[in-house]
Amino acid sequence: MKDTIESLRFRITKRFGTKTVLKDFGLEVRGRQFITFLGPSGCGKSTALNILAGLIPATDGDVWIDGERIDHLPPEKRGFGMVFQNYALFPHMTVYSNIAFGLQLQRRPAAEIRERVGQMLDLVQLPGFEERYPSQLSGGQQQRIAIARALVLHPRLLLLDEPLSNLDAKLRIEMRAEIKRLHTNLGLTSIYVTHDQTEALSLSDWVVVMRDGILMQAGTAQEIHDQPRNVFVADFMGFRNFFPVQVASVGPEGVVEGTGNGMRIRGRTRHALGPGAAAVAAIRPDDVQVGEHLGGPNAFHGKVDIVEYLGRENEVILTLEAGPRLWVHTPERVVPGESVMVVFPPEKVIFLPPDGEGVSA
Amino acid sequence: MRRARVGERSELDAMAMVCVLPSLLYVLVMFVYPFLYGIYMSLRPAKLLGFSLANYIVFFTDEWQYRTVWITFGIAVPNTIVVVSFALLLAYGMRRGIWLERTITTILVLPISLGVILLAEGILGFYGARGWFHQILLGLGVLKEPLVLTHNYIGVMLSLFMQQFPFCFLMLLGYVSGIDPSIENSARTLGAGPWTVFYKVMLPLMAPGIAIAFALVFVMSFGVFPSAILLGQPAGATRTIAIAAYQQAFEFYDMSYASAIAVVMGLFQLAGLLVIILLRRRMVMAATMGVGKR
Repeated sequence: MKDTIESLRFRITKRFGTKTVLKDFGLEVRGRQFITFLGPSGCGKSTALNILAGLIPATDGDVWIDGERIDHLPPEKRGFGMVFQNYALFPHMTVYSNIAFGLQLQRRPAAEIRERVGQMLDLVQLPGFEERYPSQLSGGQQQRIAIARALVLHPRLLLLDEPLSNLDAKLRIEMRAEIKRLHTNLGLTSIYVTHDQTEALSLSDWVVVMRDGILMQAGTAQEIHDQPRNVFVADFMGFRNFFPVQVASVGPEGVVEGTGNGMRIRGRTRHALGPGAAAVAAIRPDDVQVGEHLGGPNAFHGKVDIVEYLGRENEVILTLEAGPRLWVHTPERVVPGESVMVVFPPEKVIFLPPDGEGVSA
Repeated sequence: MRRARVGERSELDAMAMVCVLPSLLYVLVMFVYPFLYGIYMSLRPAKLLGFSLANYIVFFTDEWQYRTVWITFGIAVPNTIVVVSFALLLAYGMRRGIWLERTITTILVLPISLGVILLAEGILGFYGARGWFHQILLGLGVLKEPLVLTHNYIGVMLSLFMQQFPFCFLMLLGYVSGIDPSIENSARTLGAGPWTVFYKVMLPLMAPGIAIAFALVFVMSFGVFPSAILLGQPAGATRTIAIAAYQQAFEFYDMSYASAIAVVMGLFQLAGLLVIILLRRRMVMAATMGVGKR
């Protein structure tokens, strides 16, 4: 599709009464990207999407597309497509009429409408479904039709509001690939709202992590995954183990060492943390190594409390000798009560500013 | 609705029967029996022996009597259209909630709790020649002389409107606000302006609710009696079919003829319902598909 956007820039504030749900939430991105708003429920991500769609007015701010300010336009004049969590198909219309709805409003010739609806049904792999009603379709099929209905108008921006949340786990993964395929093949610009970090990471070129209406971090999926900027993003990205420390020494290339709770932890940081500064050391459960023969820096003793079998690996919760609890994912067989040695590989440990800091707007 | 599987059928039916029984009994005792008895009575004219259609023949050949049908239609049809249209408009406007919604709803619904007679007295006082309405408009010089708003057709319409609007509004509000707002939102993003959304998307979805509202308001209006007497002109312009039946029963003590008139009234109400159902079917065949799986 040739008519997607080149750039999107916005900065919005939204208040409902005295409650601020979006606080100067802003972004500037190129077109033809898959952008995700990621955050827990109530973080304002859906509100932001609805404001971009024109369905909710912003309290303050502006939205620009290709240098044209569009926030005064009603939703029907924006030329965006939108896909909703509950599909929002017109229950009184057939699949054909649902997809043809927008084209009919544009008064396209009947032959063109028929052709384009047919193309769309092929694209979402539901040919021959023209005469069905939404109530006769499964959830996954309904969502495909909803996507077809939005795409048939060649939207310059596609907005997706948690489109997979109502589907079961298997279908969700299937549809995720489907959405990615459509996005890539059609050269779309898409904004996708989700609370699921796996979805966000697997789909996105650009991830925007939000909390309480504030942008916490924006970057490529890999940046967000590997270099979370603060404790909130790290927590959301699966860093389950956090140790409050005081920075002891800072070496070259971001190597940093901290002490706290009788533990000396070595890691790396991208923040300007000087000696003596308060910080948080973080590591993912998957990155912790377990075994008796291990040694070197970041080696600690602990006692196994709980073992949960997850299939390919075990989730182990143990108490470190120094006191704090530790979550570990390991294929090693351990039993509750056992004493084990754990190691945090220094390149996997990140040092972050204490919670509440490192938040940029 | 799901179909009962083999084996669970009997259990389901027994439970259903127990639940249905009280209302079935009530309908039989309070409606079916009196209704059939009324038909029976209407076919046994007082002055004749045996069964006869004499009452019906008399009714439809006496202009003073049969014109009550047109008078009643003349009140019921416009009243139904006005009540449902206004209620729909307001309910649609309030579908997403508005400021002071509870207060406004309470005020709108208050007339239901007052009863027809009190309401009629109120209208007589307020809209009468010496009522506030005229006092204010005359005082402001808007009117030169009082309008005649009571003891005529307008009076009956006012009263019916005030009785029926609240419940019609409440019913439609429940119906309209039950429609998933994202359906409307998706129509907007597909290029539909507010009017197109109303006409092409919301109206078909609301049609079943509107049809029920039409049916109920029509039937209630067609049976109009106290309003027609208290606020109308019961010997002339608003002599409705209910008044005709009442007169036969309690002024001429001809229960048989009165029953015949009541049966005629019932048939016309039924005919009205039938027309509404047929219209709804034609208008939105597909809306009956329901809102589907969620």
